[in-house]
Amino acid sequence: MTTLFYDGTFEGMLTAIFEIYDRKLTQVKLQKGGLVAGAMFEETLTVVTNEAYAGRVLKGLRQKLSPGGVQRLYIAHMAEMENEENNLVGYIRYVFDSTQNIEDDYGNRFVMRISEIIRMMRREKHRMEAFVRFKKLKDGIYYAAVEPDFNVLPLLIRHFRNRYTDQKWMIYDLKRSYGIYYDMHDTQFITLDFSAVGNPGEIISVYTEDESIYQHLWKNYFHSVNIPARKNTRLHVRHIPKRYWKHLTEKI
Amino acid sequence: MNAERITEKLNILADAAKYDVSCSSSGSKRKNENKGLGNASNGICHSYTEDGRCVSLLKILLTNHCIFDCAYCVSRKNNDIKRAAFTVQEVVDLTINFYRRNYIEGLFLSSGIFKDADYTMERLVRVAKKLRTEHKFNGYIHLKSIPGASDELMREAGLYADRLSINLEIPTEEGLKLLAPDKNRQDMIDPMQFLKDEIILRKDEKKLFKKAPIFAPAGQSTQVIVGATPETDQQVLQSANHFYKNFNLKRVYYSGYVPVLVDKRLPALNTSVPMVRENRLYQADWLMRFYGFNVNEIVSNQQPLLDLDIDPKLGWAIRNMQAFPVDINKADLQLILRVPGVGLLSAQKIVSARKFGKLNWEQLKKIGVAVNRARYFITCNSNAFERRDLTGFNIKQFILAESQSKYIKNKPNQLNLF
Repeated sequence: MTTLFYDGTFEGMLTAIFEIYDRKLTQVKLQKGGLVAGAMFEETLTVVTNEAYAGRVLKGLRQKLSPGGVQRLYIAHMAEMENEENNLVGYIRYVFDSTQNIEDDYGNRFVMRISEIIRMMRREKHRMEAFVRFKKLKDGIYYAAVEPDFNVLPLLIRHFRNRYTDQKWMIYDLKRSYGIYYDMHDTQFITLDFSAVGNPGEIISVYTEDESIYQHLWKNYFHSVNIPARKNTRLHVRHIPKRYWKHLTEKI
Repeated sequence: MNAERITEKLNILADAAKYDVSCSSSGSKRKNENKGLGNASNGICHSYTEDGRCVSLLKILLTNHCIFDCAYCVSRKNNDIKRAAFTVQEVVDLTINFYRRNYIEGLFLSSGIFKDADYTMERLVRVAKKLRTEHKFNGYIHLKSIPGASDELMREAGLYADRLSINLEIPTEEGLKLLAPDKNRQDMIDPMQFLKDEIILRKDEKKLFKKAPIFAPAGQSTQVIVGATPETDQQVLQSANHFYKNFNLKRVYYSGYVPVLVDKRLPALNTSVPMVRENRLYQADWLMRFYGFNVNEIVSNQQPLLDLDIDPKLGWAIRNMQAFPVDINKADLQLILRVPGVGLLSAQKIVSARKFGKLNWEQLKKIGVAVNRARYFITCNSNAFERRDLTGFNIKQFILAESQSKYIKNKPNQLNLF
């Protein structure tokens, strides 16, 4: 068993695949980061990300998979779920070792697992499209803070850009400390320094005057449309799990 | 803006609109091509109320003043409640500001009938027109068709709205006569017919001229109240089937009657909402629309009511044991779709996956099949399968015994010892 360490990037993973085939390794484990204590007696290899190698692997994948299949693989890696690297490697090896396109082979455990990861990512992306609550700041920017389970911000850009073309907006992932910002021309990734903000009271002072009115109206609306005779808390919580509540205006 | 006054209006007019269960914001393809605000695509549920229903649209009445006196409706003329009315501008402002904050997918605007049908419809259309033309709003708009509104207004409505709906409310004409003496079923069917023809016409036109405007791209829907009148499930589903087939409806919604008014023609105030029945009707509706079932396979003269204990697909299966077992690795997609415990996506996955090799129980479970139900009806790449010659009744008992239905709170065979 050889443990391969890589830098966590998609290119890094593809380079690792290159190494696996180049060195004819059979039993492998792929892990993010560097050497850890206790791994002394195992064989290890630190993968140095190489664009040329990664490019060759990607080219091979493109020949064996549909464009959508390659994209799904990329998204599954972007999810940054822990210890899923080996399923991704298993999937890619299965792709290369098969003569036909295996994307729909749901009887295979790697194909099934990738399809599950994609489903989880899609659901989280969809949840963010639903649960983002913009607050209008004095400088005209619509700002929203989120804490998604997986790294989905890059997948949100297209949806929000198409929808909110005529307003500046920013969606910030507090868990991963970065955001996306649209200035009515381009979208870019940004990081913010919150240390200057201090107490939450000051944050409220940067909202426009009518912001609190619309928040109030929305909360009122949310309560008015409820039918108490049909109360179903279990269903309610299944649709909006509690961990999302703190950023939902109507649930605060 | 007078925040207090708007809040009060919103509370009254949202409360009055909430019994309309339609919440869909999908089925339209309106793009944001004019550098305006919003688009309408696959539909997003932005929130869920505490009763578990989705909140997708700002669903309000323009006014709850009404000249009609329908027994089942909170806004009926003779009901002593607070009345309010929005101005066109107020609705526009609320919609835009909610939309910009990503609270909603768009607007669902209905109204009580004030003065007459055309007068009311004209106001609804005016709101939609203002949103589309003055504010370049491309979000979803669902307008109510007011019974008896003129063709001219309906045509204009279709140009601005994504979806139009008219609620039949009571599944049969007799029921409607009893509870809504002022309403006339034909008045509801006429605008529906007009829109159906117009939608077909505009679609053909669009094929010839790409620039032709889109017309009600998300089609029409309707709603029937269940449990206010004594109709059977057979009558409800056959009526739904009739409207799906003859009016190309996108959806029929079933609304379990919530007792809100005292009236000797209606169930008493303490009657519970028929939520299980409503759920079973939706399941049956899905079977008709996505699973290739004919309405007569689900309900018939011998079986006019849906079984409340089990879903209608399982119900059909145990009445038709001669159709099983189905070999998962060979059968047509159409047959696999009829197996209890196999959903639309699982069925498609099975058909794709089996090209690579025969599937066994473990793989079926991974794919998403509810094996605890499906195992009575299928064989797969395994020696283990149901060998006993079970009757449909046996299977129903087995499945009920091991499942924890969300609806059955106390198991009947459980004895209370203390």
